[in-house]
Amino acid sequence: MSELEKKTESGSVDAAKDGASSEQKAEGDSGVGMGILFFIAAFAVCFLSGWLLFPSLLYSKKEQPFNFNHALHVAETGGCESCHSFREDGTFAGVPKNSSCIECHESQLGETEDEAIFMTEYVEKGKEVPWLIYSKQPDCVFFSHAAHVTGAKMDCVTCHGNIGESTTMKPYQENRITGYSRDIWGENIWGVKKNPWDRMKMDDCAKCHQEETGSKGACFQCHK
Amino acid sequence: MKIDRRSFLGLGLGAAAGVTLSPMPWKLTDDSSIWSQNWPWTPVPIDGEVTFDDTVCTLCPGNCGISVKKVNGRAIKIEGKKGYPVNDGGICLHGISGLQYLYDPSRVRFPMVKNGDTWKQVSWDEAASLVAGKIKELKDKGMADSVACVAGSDKGSIAGLYKRFITSVGSQNFYTVDTMEKTWEMLIERVHGLNASAAFDLAKSDYIISFGTGFIEGWGSPVNNFLANSSRKERHAKLVQVEYRLSNTAASADIWLPAKPGTEASLALGICSAMISANLYNAAFAQSAGKDFEAFAKFVNEKYDPELVSRTTGVDAAKIKAVAAEFAKAKSPLAIAGRGKGESAGSLMEFAAVHALNCLTGNINKEGGFWTIEQQDSLTWPSVVMDDSATKSYAKPPVGAVTSVIDSGASGAGIFSAVVSAVSGGATDSGQKVLSSVSKLFEVINASEKSPVELLMVYNSNPCFTLRNAKVVKDAVNKIPFVVSFSPYMDDTAQLADVILPTHTSLEMTQDVYSGACIAQNVIALSKSVAVPVYDTKHPGDAIISLAKATEGSVASNFTWKTYSECLESIMGDNFATLSEEGYIASELAPPVTPLSVDFSLFAAFKDSISLEGDAKSYPLTLVPIDTIRLASSTLASPPFAVKTVEDTVLFEKDTLVEINPETADKVGVDDGDYAVITTSVGEAKVRIHLFDGIMPGIIAIPEGLGHSTGAKGEIITKDGSPMAGITGATSIITQTGGVSKNRGQLENLYIGGKGVNVNELIGPVMDPASGLDAAWGIRARISRA
Repeated sequence: MSELEKKTESGSVDAAKDGASSEQKAEGDSGVGMGILFFIAAFAVCFLSGWLLFPSLLYSKKEQPFNFNHALHVAETGGCESCHSFREDGTFAGVPKNSSCIECHESQLGETEDEAIFMTEYVEKGKEVPWLIYSKQPDCVFFSHAAHVTGAKMDCVTCHGNIGESTTMKPYQENRITGYSRDIWGENIWGVKKNPWDRMKMDDCAKCHQEETGSKGACFQCHK
Repeated sequence: MKIDRRSFLGLGLGAAAGVTLSPMPWKLTDDSSIWSQNWPWTPVPIDGEVTFDDTVCTLCPGNCGISVKKVNGRAIKIEGKKGYPVNDGGICLHGISGLQYLYDPSRVRFPMVKNGDTWKQVSWDEAASLVAGKIKELKDKGMADSVACVAGSDKGSIAGLYKRFITSVGSQNFYTVDTMEKTWEMLIERVHGLNASAAFDLAKSDYIISFGTGFIEGWGSPVNNFLANSSRKERHAKLVQVEYRLSNTAASADIWLPAKPGTEASLALGICSAMISANLYNAAFAQSAGKDFEAFAKFVNEKYDPELVSRTTGVDAAKIKAVAAEFAKAKSPLAIAGRGKGESAGSLMEFAAVHALNCLTGNINKEGGFWTIEQQDSLTWPSVVMDDSATKSYAKPPVGAVTSVIDSGASGAGIFSAVVSAVSGGATDSGQKVLSSVSKLFEVINASEKSPVELLMVYNSNPCFTLRNAKVVKDAVNKIPFVVSFSPYMDDTAQLADVILPTHTSLEMTQDVYSGACIAQNVIALSKSVAVPVYDTKHPGDAIISLAKATEGSVASNFTWKTYSECLESIMGDNFATLSEEGYIASELAPPVTPLSVDFSLFAAFKDSISLEGDAKSYPLTLVPIDTIRLASSTLASPPFAVKTVEDTVLFEKDTLVEINPETADKVGVDDGDYAVITTSVGEAKVRIHLFDGIMPGIIAIPEGLGHSTGAKGEIITKDGSPMAGITGATSIITQTGGVSKNRGQLENLYIGGKGVNVNELIGPVMDPASGLDAAWGIRARISRA
């Protein structure tokens, strides 16, 4: 039998030795406590920064060249397709070029400062407006507006939401790693979405394709 | 409280758990995958509106219609234009790679002046006043006739402007690089007494005998021929190829007649003889339209009986007779000549022997036959005004003047005086017959102690590469005190220039284009600028107009237009509006109705084929150039895409391969893949051996279009005084051993430069006594193991 076992069995033989043993135990307890404390502190710091600090570090905010009032233009022109049109060959023109804008804005029509910027900085200088495009998908993704809008007769709102009713342009948040807009992943950093247009990742495409066509589709349909 | 191991453990675990339960790792995983799939440094083509601009390809004389696909206004692809008369949607590999010429590494980026061993960037004004100063100086000294210009061709308004400039200065020294088209024109003039170009209605002919042409290897209008050839089976049309080598054309032909090299004309006359003796020719035509037919019939029957011809050509007499019978029986038989791509003038009498076949069938100016197309001269130039010194100098004959021995006499002033009066714009039409040869020009310069040419301008041509005996041409160019190049590229000639005024490449400029290349239709087109100029270059027309203005005096007064576009609009007249709108004007697809006479006496004057340079004893073999569609052998070098397609039996790494029959190789003692040295009386070159059963013994065949030089010597100093090496990439090439190669020149096209041997450094020009033009088709040579 070892000495330790003897001690345990026969009880304490030395008070001084006993005292030393309980002190050791207390020290051990406090070590665990400290461990837990550090755990909680580190957890809290990382958890909170992951949720709160990380998103603001990940995205840089950029302002559009000037504000554009969609609601006003929709009211004047009648709908999305008057400006976001399809070309003769069926391809989607995307954001209109100055040449389309000056069909109406040959000279300044209103009195807003934004229109003044557009006229003096871009139309007069013959420069295209470097709009930051919220919905631009990565280069490795092929997307055909023609297939969805012309072919499947989908509404713009289904994917883009009620942009046509907005009067101001929100700041463009650019992902510092990928260089693409925050709108692709969605405003919610956890990726939770309420509306279809809140996020436009591959799973979102697949989900809709599954529901509408019965298949998620093949890789090469979008990744050429 | 003590911080111990457990605290750190707690910290680590806490951080890990905190991070894991936050969106950070999941989001970062996603972002990094997107990042790595779209590396920000990988260039991505800009998306945008797709548009098509129609224009005409001017890389070769074929002039196909092309559609240039653009995205967001930037040219990205060239396609053949459907419905265009020449090519109907077809395109060749050079045309499809045309965009590469825009970004070619050898492009000269700005005007440069040679300063000893270096090149110095100058402004356009500085360059123009430097050149104009030299011209004025020569003019003042009464030496205006020592100003010369070598241009690719004399067709169109740009060449017209250069010609006008030289004339205005007071010189007749305007040279073009002669092709088979010129020889055909001379032949038509002598046989039919017409001032017309030759055309072949290949797509409708049902029996074509090709005498050594590279029918599907770049001869004439290449894509037009591809179309004619591919429809041959459906049309039940036959192709007979006369060639000493199993070329692609010979392989594609229905009958291959491997006549010994240099005996092609004899074979043609042999077929004539067979036709006449079997009474298979068009007797009605020969009687009604022919002159001296009897003499010709007697001549061929005596000297070119198939049995005799069989001995000289090596082609069986029975086969000659069989081909003669088939040819005569065909509905629209056609005989064509012009070796390889037809890029050199060729022998007039050889062409005559071939054309005798066309004349015997009478299939001239008929569907599927040989056509004489009126030369399209729709440009109206104002007359040239010359001051006294210019008029005096202009009276002197050109340095490269040549005379032709055979003259049928009936032709009068004919084509030659037409050339002169076009030059002088009618101002000094002395009626003098002047024919000049560019090969002769350089020969005379080399032979003279002091160059008779003081200032040479080179536009749209690369004589130091394309002319036979290129080394001698280089020596001559070096001897000329002042050379001005208008080349967009640092080509073999531009490197030797004193000043380079870089012009736009074809896709960057507008110009009028005239169909040629023996197409059976007249097509005038406007080739439009489809790309924004990449560098500080000028339109060649604008370059010469500004040079004329800087020269002042009477020269400037002949160039009153502000720009080239203004000039084009004014000299084109009514056609300009139509061309601007429609792009091209095509004549009807019908044979010309010109009444025709045939002077058979010229055919009867045939003596011998052009003999080869070099004596048979020291040089027992025959070296012949071969043309391949994959290698451009004219002014422009092949684009990188095309070079990639060249077989490694033609170009292996940096070596040219020569074709040689195994039997000959055995005798010489070389084997497949061996290095060997070819020696001719003109030069020698190291090549590799490719054993080929499809070539006749005793012949060495060497591909054309290789052996471009390796860029300019010396540094290029930009305006701010710094060397340009950084952007050319040429002087900082890392060699295989890891060192920096110092041997490379600036502005080098590494895709073609320094690869292989230039045929023209082995073959010299041989003047055709009948035409005065270069008719060399090979040279005597020897080969030995290196």
